[in-house]
Amino acid sequence: MHTKTITQLVKGLRAGDYSSQELTQSYLARIKQHQALNSFITVTDEQAMAAAKQADARLASGNAPLLTGIPIAHKDIFCTQGVRTSCGSKMLDNFIAPYNATVVDKFNAAGTVTLGKLNMDEFAMGSSNETSFYGAVHNPWANNTVPGGSSGGSAAAVAARLIPAATGTDTGGSIRQPAALCGITGLKPTYGRVSRYGMIAYASSLDQGGPMTQTAEDAALMLQVMAGFDTKDSTSVEREVPDYSAGLNNSLKGLKIGLPKEFFDEGLNSDMAAAIETAVNEYKKLGAEVVEVSMPNLKLAIPAYYVIAPAECSANLSRMDGVRFGHRCTEPADLNDLYIRSRGEGFGTEVKRRILVGTYALSEGYYDAYYIKAQKIRRLISDDFNKALEQVDVIMGPVSPTPAFGLGEKTSDPIEMYLADIYTIAINLAGLPAMSIPAGFINEKPVGLQIIGNYFAEAKLLNVAHQYQQVTDWHQQTPQGFE
Amino acid sequence: MQWETVIGLEIHAQLATKTKIFSAASTAYGAEPNTQACAVDLGLPGVLPVLNQEAVRMAVKFGMAIEAEVADYSVFARKNYFYPDLPKGYQISQMDHPIVGIGHMDIEVDDQTKRVGVTRAHLEEDAGKSLHEDFHGLTGVDLNRAGTPLLEIVSEPDMRSAKEAVAYMRKIHELVQYLDICDGNMQEGSFRCDANVSIRPVGQEEYGTRTELKNINSFKFVEKAINIEVERQIEIIEAGGRITQETRLYDADKNETRSMRSKEEANDYRYFPDPDLLPVYISDELRAQVKADLPELPHLKRQRFIEQYKLDSETATQLSSSRQLADYFEALIKESGCGAKICSNWITVELSGALNKQNLDISQSPVSHDRLAGLLKRISDNTISGKIAKQVFELMWNSEDSADAIIDAQGLKQITDSGAIEAIIDKIIADNPGQVEQYLSGKDKVFGFFVGQTMKASQGKANPGEVNKILKEKLKR
Repeated sequence: MHTKTITQLVKGLRAGDYSSQELTQSYLARIKQHQALNSFITVTDEQAMAAAKQADARLASGNAPLLTGIPIAHKDIFCTQGVRTSCGSKMLDNFIAPYNATVVDKFNAAGTVTLGKLNMDEFAMGSSNETSFYGAVHNPWANNTVPGGSSGGSAAAVAARLIPAATGTDTGGSIRQPAALCGITGLKPTYGRVSRYGMIAYASSLDQGGPMTQTAEDAALMLQVMAGFDTKDSTSVEREVPDYSAGLNNSLKGLKIGLPKEFFDEGLNSDMAAAIETAVNEYKKLGAEVVEVSMPNLKLAIPAYYVIAPAECSANLSRMDGVRFGHRCTEPADLNDLYIRSRGEGFGTEVKRRILVGTYALSEGYYDAYYIKAQKIRRLISDDFNKALEQVDVIMGPVSPTPAFGLGEKTSDPIEMYLADIYTIAINLAGLPAMSIPAGFINEKPVGLQIIGNYFAEAKLLNVAHQYQQVTDWHQQTPQGFE
Repeated sequence: MQWETVIGLEIHAQLATKTKIFSAASTAYGAEPNTQACAVDLGLPGVLPVLNQEAVRMAVKFGMAIEAEVADYSVFARKNYFYPDLPKGYQISQMDHPIVGIGHMDIEVDDQTKRVGVTRAHLEEDAGKSLHEDFHGLTGVDLNRAGTPLLEIVSEPDMRSAKEAVAYMRKIHELVQYLDICDGNMQEGSFRCDANVSIRPVGQEEYGTRTELKNINSFKFVEKAINIEVERQIEIIEAGGRITQETRLYDADKNETRSMRSKEEANDYRYFPDPDLLPVYISDELRAQVKADLPELPHLKRQRFIEQYKLDSETATQLSSSRQLADYFEALIKESGCGAKICSNWITVELSGALNKQNLDISQSPVSHDRLAGLLKRISDNTISGKIAKQVFELMWNSEDSADAIIDAQGLKQITDSGAIEAIIDKIIADNPGQVEQYLSGKDKVFGFFVGQTMKASQGKANPGEVNKILKEKLKR
């Protein structure tokens, strides 16, 4: 039953094919069996079994919400009351939040059963899950390759069918890129669609939570739970949440797809270009039209991102000071020593690098040249997308320039690592929703197709993704050893 | 060399909201340490600030009261620095786009009115408190105050003496209380200021190098701190030295200022817009609402008191110095039916005297305006004399009884029956033939002796007018 989608499990639970407790037990067993993947930081067996028992009672009572009894797991960036939230960092290895993230509360109310907390790059800073204090996660498709990041644990666990679905967060591609590298479906919603309350901030103006699932159909069910205005998050948008499943089967006849020529220039690996072209051809068969669009400022996305995100993170991470919670050095000599050693010991290299870059970019005399300039570029990039989306319904392209790369392959060269997010970062800068869906393989490694839509057009994206999944079976493939 | 002092003030007024500026925790003063700090105030990971709209409304109110531009659009920014009582490692403040722009405040010094420019006023959160005592070499942190809303009011360098600075500070202090946006309690730190002080040769246009005096929390200290700092600066310059731009702390015990940190050591706060908060847009509706709620401002009230009640300038200033006092005054006139003159006299002399003696505020007065009105009525209908009234007032101060009840119980009713007064006077004339002789021989001063004796014999209850009339009659030469 572990290969089943949420949609199938919902039916099974209601038909009485299995109970939530049986389901939970079976997934917990798989998590244990595949510990070597290192996709979980914390497994909450006991709480999960208790929740499953409650879910079964609710199901028996006959008025349980749709997802009651479905096992899921949260990226370890979402605060969970009473259960450690580490954010992949030594700094928060001892941190237990006295509150739930809004997303966590919403899933609890929806009746899902949380099996644990998923591995991730430290403070969501990374594209390979290698910056985690808890060690790298392995890609179930090729053990010696990375699962992508920062939501690498989420992607690997769903791909290995250790859980039917997971939450993730995406600041520069952190849902889409690992989804692509692990051959699953990932959705980054419009900025403001999902509450950020209780989601430990990396770059506040870019962070957005979203679902990671096997199928678009499941992503619709998950997003239905996650989306909505939250009075506790001023940047969440007060706007009605549509029924994300209602339009999944709409025809794509006449759908206008834009292909940005800048996505397909010489930087793109030819196998990847071919795979994307094949996927786009599938859409043509479904009745879609394809036009070329242009985004002249796209090449500025990475430099702009690596000013804005570090700038924000340099302030966001200041609260990790060893004073009130988190890692504190032993025997501090004075206040400065407490700060320096607690932070020096608690943070990993990549986090330190970004704090330093951000601090520099905000410093007197550099602020205009870096931060203000980056914000201007951000506006230009948004304009590029807005202009393109006036002509087309969705924009398509690759998620990642290559399929999964080797563990350790890029860790010594941060710039090389940053370039792994070249196709995803611009979308965060613009605040648009985007998906990654499985679209084939290169050397037995999954390839992701990226679909980008207009603001709050998540339903459209899900419809476009679902229709493709009706005529392809890439999303149904399970890696060897995890069938 | 003649020196001119140049002063600008940064006043921090704690806004009187029930809850904090970015969280739902209470702002009440004096609770056990860290009992009024929620996850947001503690700066725990993942939590987010949500702006208290009441703080915005109060800032707008202040802006309108000083006739400033209230910005259509203002932005919160992060001011980054590390300190244990600053939980997030940054303070949420406003930098490039403050909520209140250029305005002004008129002050009166030595009978001259002077206009002091207000550069800006912006919203920000307060930090917590570091407690250095009681922890044996360690520092305790109390975050109850963290997140309390502040309005930082920045003046132009328009003041030329410590006296002017104090006058300006008093005016702002009076205004924020008038507007009900700050309780003005300086002991609790609800109202405090930093002073930027420099000197220059008289006639020179360029400003001298300034020093910033930190966190001065009384009018007296502002005056002393500025004066002592000016002296220090003059001494240095006249000895051929130069002023260093730095932050200095005023030590009230030693009456001196001393260096905290120089400009070189100053933090680079790395301000940038807070991505957790949206820009604040002030709607026309809010403007209209606040405008409608705006109370009569102190200077306008003072003007009205002079015109409507014919008060002299000093009394008008005193009675309009707080909204409660002004309200007390007008309520007293209304309820007593007495004239403004007697009402203002009673408030500025008897009532204020008694309040000052016990260090009480008008709002804490044991004698309410309706009880005082009851007393004034008895004066105006001649039941008691003004002198007896003071006695009654004293008794009212220490009890909850009405003037009437006290007058009855103590038998203080004035004797107006001329027969009774005549009887007393006849006896006094008979007992003092010598004094009668003197008076009749032209020593007019002796008349006072007879008045005094009569009042004494009547225990002060004889109507003084009647006494005069009858005495004059009886002692006719």
